[in-house]
Amino acid sequence: MSAVERIKEISGVNPLKCMKCGKCSASCPSFDAMDIKPHQFVSYVINDDVEALANSKSAWKCLSCFACIERCPRDVQPGKLIDAARQMLIRQRGQEGLSPDEIPALLDDETPQQLLMSAFRKYRR
Amino acid sequence: MRRIGVFVCHCGSNIAATVDVKKVVEMALNEQGVVHAEDYPYMCSEAGQSRIAEAIKEKQLSGIVVCSCSPRMHEATFRKCAETCGLNPYLVEIANIREHCSWIHKDVEEATEKAVILMRAAVAKVHLNAPLQAGESAVTKRALVIGGGIAGIQTAIDIADAGYKVDIVEKTPSIGGRMSQLDKTFPTLDCSACILTPKMVEAASHENITIHTYSEVEKVSGFVGNFTVDIRKKARFVNMDKCTGCGVCQEKCPSKKPLNEFNRGLNTRTAIYTPFAQAIPNVPVIDPQSCIKLNTGKCGVCEKFCQVGAIDYTQKDEIITESYGAIVVATGFDTINLDKYGEYAYNESKDVITSLELERIMNAAGPTKGHLERLSDGKAPKEIVFIQCVGSRCSDQRGKPYCSKICCMYTAKHAMLIRDKYPDTNVTVFYIDVRTPGKNFDEFYRRAVEDYGVNYVKGQVGKVAPQPDGSLLVHGVDLLENKQILKKADMVVLATAIEPNPDVRKIATMLTASIDTNNFLTEAHPKLRPVESPTAGVFLSGVCQGPKDIPETVAQAGAAAVKVIGLLAKDKLKTNPCTAKADELRCNGCSQCANVCPYGAISYEVRQVNDHGIREDRRIAVVNSALCQGCGACTVTCPSGAMDLQGFSNRQIIAEVDAICR
Repeated sequence: MSAVERIKEISGVNPLKCMKCGKCSASCPSFDAMDIKPHQFVSYVINDDVEALANSKSAWKCLSCFACIERCPRDVQPGKLIDAARQMLIRQRGQEGLSPDEIPALLDDETPQQLLMSAFRKYRR
Repeated sequence: MRRIGVFVCHCGSNIAATVDVKKVVEMALNEQGVVHAEDYPYMCSEAGQSRIAEAIKEKQLSGIVVCSCSPRMHEATFRKCAETCGLNPYLVEIANIREHCSWIHKDVEEATEKAVILMRAAVAKVHLNAPLQAGESAVTKRALVIGGGIAGIQTAIDIADAGYKVDIVEKTPSIGGRMSQLDKTFPTLDCSACILTPKMVEAASHENITIHTYSEVEKVSGFVGNFTVDIRKKARFVNMDKCTGCGVCQEKCPSKKPLNEFNRGLNTRTAIYTPFAQAIPNVPVIDPQSCIKLNTGKCGVCEKFCQVGAIDYTQKDEIITESYGAIVVATGFDTINLDKYGEYAYNESKDVITSLELERIMNAAGPTKGHLERLSDGKAPKEIVFIQCVGSRCSDQRGKPYCSKICCMYTAKHAMLIRDKYPDTNVTVFYIDVRTPGKNFDEFYRRAVEDYGVNYVKGQVGKVAPQPDGSLLVHGVDLLENKQILKKADMVVLATAIEPNPDVRKIATMLTASIDTNNFLTEAHPKLRPVESPTAGVFLSGVCQGPKDIPETVAQAGAAAVKVIGLLAKDKLKTNPCTAKADELRCNGCSQCANVCPYGAISYEVRQVNDHGIREDRRIAVVNSALCQGCGACTVTCPSGAMDLQGFSNRQIIAEVDAICR
């Protein structure tokens, strides 16, 4: 499976739905810290340049705040793409963050579980 | 035994590229009763039709099958061709090997096999077809237009000018519609009311037009040429014959709290009101929800001040029943509800408004008398941000997937007018694409940029955050500069998506007219029959069919009128002979068919029947073939199989299925 196919599979996103409105970049709190901007994630996937995306600063600057996922009018959800790129990189390095028996102790009713997962991928690298 | 001819069309390469037409011909000749089979590049052409005609004569064919496109395209063509050769048109069957076969398959072998099967089913059906004769029905020479906006008004005027009677039914107290709420119109910037009110007056004073305002369509029955419609005329509580429209009642009314719908709820009106100064008719209505007299029995101020005694608190809704030959739907649009778009703070700040609200603010008769001011504190805004595509082009669950079409142009108009009238006010437009197809449209947009200095920024806004100091912080992006933008604004205007008037669902159901997933009414053909509904006798005018601006609406309104006139000009319509019929020996009089019939075509009579030597009186269903439209609902409902549709009998359909499964 190509890197692009894997990104699509992990994220569940069809990047071709993007209409390049830029609402993700307008919403992103980490915009200034990123080298590749949220609205560009999609083009990198479409242009088969996943490696550049995975190796960009952006992959580790995304806060997983989900503002772009929440507001994307086309259901493209660039946050999911960058998360998938990050996850792919971690898997390549063999650094899958959590083992299943570690999870229950970390769960908190107040914290969205998805946020916990995203944060773990980033900070245990 | 019928002598059947099979004619296989290539449709250029449309069919022949995917279906082996020679093979279909070869297989047809193996079918029982087929005495002639041939293929031809274009069966619908004159040459193709003359080959059919020749074959009918030479081979004495008593039934034909044309393997071609959908019967919706050319069934009428081939039926006519058969009729000219003396063959009853209902002995013609179409096997649809284009839409149902070649267009949707890629594999030639499989497609050919399917085409052969479709041909075989049609041949099996023709064996059982009976010659049928079309009847006639009269046409009521009067049209109904539902909706009194510019679309409905224009359609009504055009029909009336051709000499036919037209009734307009309008839900609100006045005709005029959305256009009456607009301040100026693009791309010429002429005043909307100035060009609309002459049309309103023309409609009102036309001898062939009757206007029912404050009225709604309640029930529709019948069919093309013969609709019967119940119209609810809501109680106005004001006698239309006596009222002079002096307006004193509105000045004196002490109930001043209800929101003014005409001004989009930006200010209030009185309980007795006319929506706007140029309203037609210029007769107020009393809103029963907020009238003190109607709710508590005390007050009666309007009655006291009315010099002509026009106030009548005892008025009741009245239902009138009228007959029409044609019905035009012109129900228009509204802007979408913005509750799901929390990021734009529409419900949080009074200074975040929709473009339609801005129209009212800019209008001299609006809530601010035409002064551009913030609704929160009345201050003049110095920095205005326009956001495009709010709820349009959204494939998430919050908005609409289509482009609302009018927003790019009205935003350019608003921006230009503001820069013209208030040159020290800065205007920024955040856009995704600027779409300006139309005569003088792009030039208009460029004028906003080049002559009026409107700042266009490519990039959708992410969030509007109301600040403690009363300003609005706009989180945007400039995609061309690849920079995030934080812009402090005094006012934010949302180009809110438009959607069909919510009432259209109810109306479409009454008319059995189809609507799409966005509640727009469906055309009979998207290109070739754009103003007709697939339901005969129902026509479409204006935004109820799809987003469009005023010039397009007026053009479509005229087109709908022409179609109506074409229908009303006929004295008789040919009726479809494929109607239902009950088998008196099988019918048990259970009434289920009558309950499902949408046209009220089924009644019952007690008749003496001879059931295998036993004579008895039975209650039996009788179909009025003038009313029956051949929908087949009764045939599938009948528990004893007594109902049958001529031309589509149970036997014929089973024969087709048998042929397919053979």
